Amino acid sequence: MANGISMERVEAIIDSYGAQRSNLIAIMQDIQAEYKYLSPQVLEKIAEKLNIGVAKVYSVATFYENFSLEAKGKYIIKVCDGTACHVRKSQPIYNAIREHLKLEGKQKTSADGLFTLETVSCLGACGLAPVVTINDQVHSKMTPEAMVALLEQIEKEEADNA
Amino acid sequence: MAKGIMYINGQRVPFDGEPNVLAVIRKAGIEMPTFCYYSDLSVYGACRMCVVEDERGKIDTSCSMQPRDGLSIKTNSARLLKHRRMILELMLASHNCNCTICEKSGDCHLQELALQFGVRNVRFEDNREVLPFDDSSPAVVRDPSKCILCGDCVRVCEETIGMGVIDFAKRGYNMQVTPAFGRTLSQTNCISCGQCSAVCPTGAITVYNQIGAAWRAIHDTSKRVVVQIAPAVRVAVGEAFGLPSGKNMLDQMVTALKLMGVDEVYDTTFGADLTTIQEAEEFKARLAAGGPFPMFTSCCPAWIKYLENENPKYLKNVSSCKSPMEMFGALLKEKYQAKDAEDGRTTYHIAIMPCTAKKMEAARPEFATDGVPDVDLVLTTQEIIDMIKESGIQLPQMELESPDTPFGFGSGSGVIFGTTGGVAEAVARYCLPDKTKNTLRKLELSPLRGEESIREATLDVGGTEIRIAVVHGLINAQNLIKRIEAGEVNYHLIEVMTCPTGCVGGAGQPIGRRDKKLERAAGLYTTDKTAIFKRAEFNPVMDDALAGYSEEQLHHMLHVNYVKE
Ligand code: SF4
Ligand code: SF4
Ligand code: SF4
Ligand code: FES
Ligand code: FES
Repeated sequence: MANGISMERVEAIIDSYGAQRSNLIAIMQDIQAEYKYLSPQVLEKIAEKLNIGVAKVYSVATFYENFSLEAKGKYIIKVCDGTACHVRKSQPIYNAIREHLKLEGKQKTSADGLFTLETVSCLGACGLAPVVTINDQVHSKMTPEAMVALLEQIEKEEADNA
Repeated sequence: MAKGIMYINGQRVPFDGEPNVLAVIRKAGIEMPTFCYYSDLSVYGACRMCVVEDERGKIDTSCSMQPRDGLSIKTNSARLLKHRRMILELMLASHNCNCTICEKSGDCHLQELALQFGVRNVRFEDNREVLPFDDSSPAVVRDPSKCILCGDCVRVCEETIGMGVIDFAKRGYNMQVTPAFGRTLSQTNCISCGQCSAVCPTGAITVYNQIGAAWRAIHDTSKRVVVQIAPAVRVAVGEAFGLPSGKNMLDQMVTALKLMGVDEVYDTTFGADLTTIQEAEEFKARLAAGGPFPMFTSCCPAWIKYLENENPKYLKNVSSCKSPMEMFGALLKEKYQAKDAEDGRTTYHIAIMPCTAKKMEAARPEFATDGVPDVDLVLTTQEIIDMIKESGIQLPQMELESPDTPFGFGSGSGVIFGTTGGVAEAVARYCLPDKTKNTLRKLELSPLRGEESIREATLDVGGTEIRIAVVHGLINAQNLIKRIEAGEVNYHLIEVMTCPTGCVGGAGQPIGRRDKKLERAAGLYTTDKTAIFKRAEFNPVMDDALAGYSEEQLHHMLHVNYVKE
């Protein structure tokens, strides 16, 4: 186990595709679906099993925005920054989240590992702008205040369950 | 293969089997600008410098266009010129243009084409973050600020060498060429072959330059600077002075080096003879013992590094012989101990090699005595060219001077080490019992010579059928191993050279296309033809050089064990 990722499981996923190079992307998608991100060890394992250079695997992983190379929080917050949401002030929401989670510089995941903050361009729900999703659950017509309240609620639930 | 007539700028040009329109254009005597096209590599079609315009005004890349009968194209229309200038301008906009102090200056393709197309002004600005310089490798240096993303290094490392150390990462504006995770080369499986630097059109990957250290040693009066020159160097060095590839310039180099302040100049061919004898004896012993087979040659340090990094189970199959350079270095340092004690100077040994991997080899701990490397410094052919030029020496006008005695003499079979098939042929000459010209003739006509990437020959050694394979371009060796594992083929002896065409095509040589490398190889075979002694065992200075050492001492100096327990 490295960073909560089971290498046996990773190998099993690769083998389920017959360790075929042509299935590289599908393999990466499946592993990411399970662990939310692809660690360096995972990429090395894929390269080894498919008998290709790890630079090639890294190349594919960094080409598609859907792949994440960093460990992500339990809750993934996506703030829409498409035109409609931007015009309806998505940026202050984003800033409020950063401030609440104490994210510095390029940091995207909160220190407690609970939240990861991302932006997306247009979720296709412009009528509900500004839109935020948390683990794919849509929250429409958000405000910075409502957002912080939501975060506090999740934090409280997590603390209670702990 | 397609045949027909094309029209290039209105001129009739017949074609017959050319792989693409670019090749037909070049055949017609028009030099098309390219950044991302190499005939040995897959077609990438990214730089768009090679564009042509068809009759309907459609613009497309000639490197990825099939020749068609009746096809009519222009190579230099106003639109095309504008297009090329624009591409160059965009490239320069995201390029660190400090030409005067760039390692590649004078040999840079970007510089050359910017000049050729008269780009004098860059209207765009570059705001990308500057990626770190990587000088962690003993062989090559990466400067991402000079990269134009042509992908040549990516393809050569993957398709020719089979390593896949570097690749594109990210996309669009943020795209870069880098090892995985932005690592440095020293954190990867890189084998230091340097072929990425040999194809890089700009200064983004260059050979690790050690000219400064060489001058310091030469100017240090407490040091006796002793040089060895590898076979492949002598047939390439003249290219930088307007001479044809393949012309043997060894004797002019001796004079030049002495003028520059080098004390003694020897010939690596002597080391090659040592290797031939040791390796052939080892091979005979394996024949007697029944293996292990195949026995792989060990001269190429990049090949050894590949085995260590990716395929260690075959290290036991590698000959225990050190490379000619390291055999020479060990023997030389041993011999000169007494001399050093006598006159109070230290012998500093410089090897001039066609190879960047030799820089890595020289730094290996196996090849040091009491912490001092047997070969103190490796200079590439290109570095010695730069030093000769810096000294103002006109190499073609130098008088001829033979290398010094006693290690300045090698046989013809030692000279051909510099090209693919040479080591195998030298060993075969030693092993075949018939010592007449017939053997030489037979070997000359055998598949041991040639440019095919994998060649095989069967020889009768005293009643035993010996199967030999010769392979160059490391990916071909990797594939051959797979075929052996699959039980499709097997051999007694396999010669492996990482670089296509062997060391004449090493990454330390002046930059050139494949035909130049083959001319260099031809130059080595010509030298062999005119050599007085054609066989290592007939080298007249060999016995003297080895006299007085015990079996054990010799083994220690000339052999190495790469297998890690
Ligand atoms: S030196 Fe050879 S192995 Fe290393 S990155 Fe360059 S081409 Fe690849
Ligand atoms: S490093 Fe050189 S060869 Fe590689 S992509 Fe950049 S410019 Fe091309
Ligand atoms: S083939 Fe020759 S030049 Fe190329 S890496 Fe090996 S020893 Fe060096
Ligand atoms: S812009 Fe945010 S949903 Fe369309
Ligand atoms: S040489 Fe044809 S696109 Fe680069």
